[in-house]
Amino acid sequence: MALNIMQLATNFADKNPGITPGHRLCPGCAAPNVAKFALMTAQSLGYTPIVGLATGCLEVSTTIFPFTAWNVPYIHNAFENVAATVSGVETAYRALAKKGRLVDPEKKYAFFAFGGDGGTYDIGLQSLSGAVERGHKFIYIVYDNEGYMNTGNQRSGATPPGSQTTTQPVGKKLPGKVQLKKNIVEIMAGHENVYVATVSTSEPMDFFKKIEKALQFDGPSFIAAFSPCVRFWRISEDKAVDISKLAIETGYWPLYEVERGVYRITKKVKELKPVKEFIKAQGRFRNLLKRPDAEEIINEVQEYITRRWERLQILEEATKDKPIR
Amino acid sequence: MAELKNWKELPIGGVIDKPATAKEYQTGTWRVIRPIYQAENCIHCMFCWLYCPDQAVEIEVVDGKPKMKGFNYYYCKGCGLCANVCPKTNDKLPEEKRAIVMKPETEFQE
Ligand SMILES: Cc1ncc(C[n+]2csc(CCOP(=O)(O)OP(=O)(O)O)c2C)c(N)n1
Ligand code: SF4
Ligand code: SF4
Ligand code: SF4
Ligand SMILES: [Mg+2]
Repeated sequence: MALNIMQLATNFADKNPGITPGHRLCPGCAAPNVAKFALMTAQSLGYTPIVGLATGCLEVSTTIFPFTAWNVPYIHNAFENVAATVSGVETAYRALAKKGRLVDPEKKYAFFAFGGDGGTYDIGLQSLSGAVERGHKFIYIVYDNEGYMNTGNQRSGATPPGSQTTTQPVGKKLPGKVQLKKNIVEIMAGHENVYVATVSTSEPMDFFKKIEKALQFDGPSFIAAFSPCVRFWRISEDKAVDISKLAIETGYWPLYEVERGVYRITKKVKELKPVKEFIKAQGRFRNLLKRPDAEEIINEVQEYITRRWERLQILEEATKDKPIR
Repeated sequence: MAELKNWKELPIGGVIDKPATAKEYQTGTWRVIRPIYQAENCIHCMFCWLYCPDQAVEIEVVDGKPKMKGFNYYYCKGCGLCANVCPKTNDKLPEEKRAIVMKPETEFQE
């Protein structure tokens, strides 16, 4: 049976789920909850998590010297190579197992790599692609806050059009970022022998179920987690979950999975709300809304989202019972 | 609040040789609004516990079921997410009917 909130609360009433309090992420940041949800699921299913982190808010704010907010085996290497690093850890584990040198051979481990969108969509993409292509049994989780937030909100491949960043500000000439958000899910699904899914903390049961699936999948998994940055999305500190819900209801962040090429939408939305509602709720789009061409730009985004949603439904239908391998 | 060590007391190379030391770090000093728990209105749904980014919601297991106990102000940063996700708290409810009420920290200063 799938895990539920009551069960997790019972399991973790008197212990920390791998990440501890005392970290220095902003009040209301979604990133620690992404880590917490994943690690609680793994431990509740009997796995000992091993955590690797790419440089970014989650890493910097949980490891400010001389403190660490981790109580599971933890490794940080660089910004661009968390997938390679964790693939090395996983390989070392298999080598030790082969030589019969594990202290406790019965123990089940879950190898997690967490990266921000900058560390995943952009600078860490090569390392991630390599690790997934080699087929390491690990779970890569991107907490997607749509920008390089730890260094003060620079544009990344995950930033949506019209969003205010320091490197593509919304001004008189340009409306902020003009390119679409990169579709990392499709890029990762293209590795074929992989389980790929999107998650959101606003749908906790779906989140737990997908982590469980990733843990049981006999190969690499890639999970894209929607992770509002209250600081640079210019939303109030209590709004991470509200904005996440709106992202799903508007089709901005569809919840689905691709298992060896088979698409499945895990949260059906009968009628998508206009994406304008998602945009209007966040201060990072305030300058966009002031421009005379705001409607035009929003309509373009809307059209893209509608098409992507229709395409997803067609893909679900077309790939049913047809795994690529 | 954790006392900072001097260079002679730190491990060579600045290695962190103990896990979970951030728990000594008091993040509650950041708080400008404080969540107040009103147990009589609570249905123990655990949403506040699940969503608190700082694990500042204390719970206990009674007869096999998790129960909300209150807030840990050593860590609570006052983001208000617990109140936002609480099904027994919203702006339309009068304060005395809510399970969580957010109050300015200035009300608690001596
Ligand atoms: C090679 C390298 N370039 C730049 C940096 C500086 N840097 C540290 S964190 C960061 C932003 C990380 O962005 P992202 O991966 O999206 O994570 P976030 O901070 O948004 O959570 C940057 C640019 C670095 N540490 N290493
Ligand atoms: S800057 Fe954004 S992502 Fe980073 S800790 Fe603050 S809210 Fe979280
Ligand atoms: S969210 Fe509200 S009702 Fe649910 S346990 Fe917390 S205080 Fe009680
Ligand atoms: S206000 Fe924020 S930090 Fe404090 S208990 Fe509520 S959710 Fe946790
Ligand atoms: Mg980021």
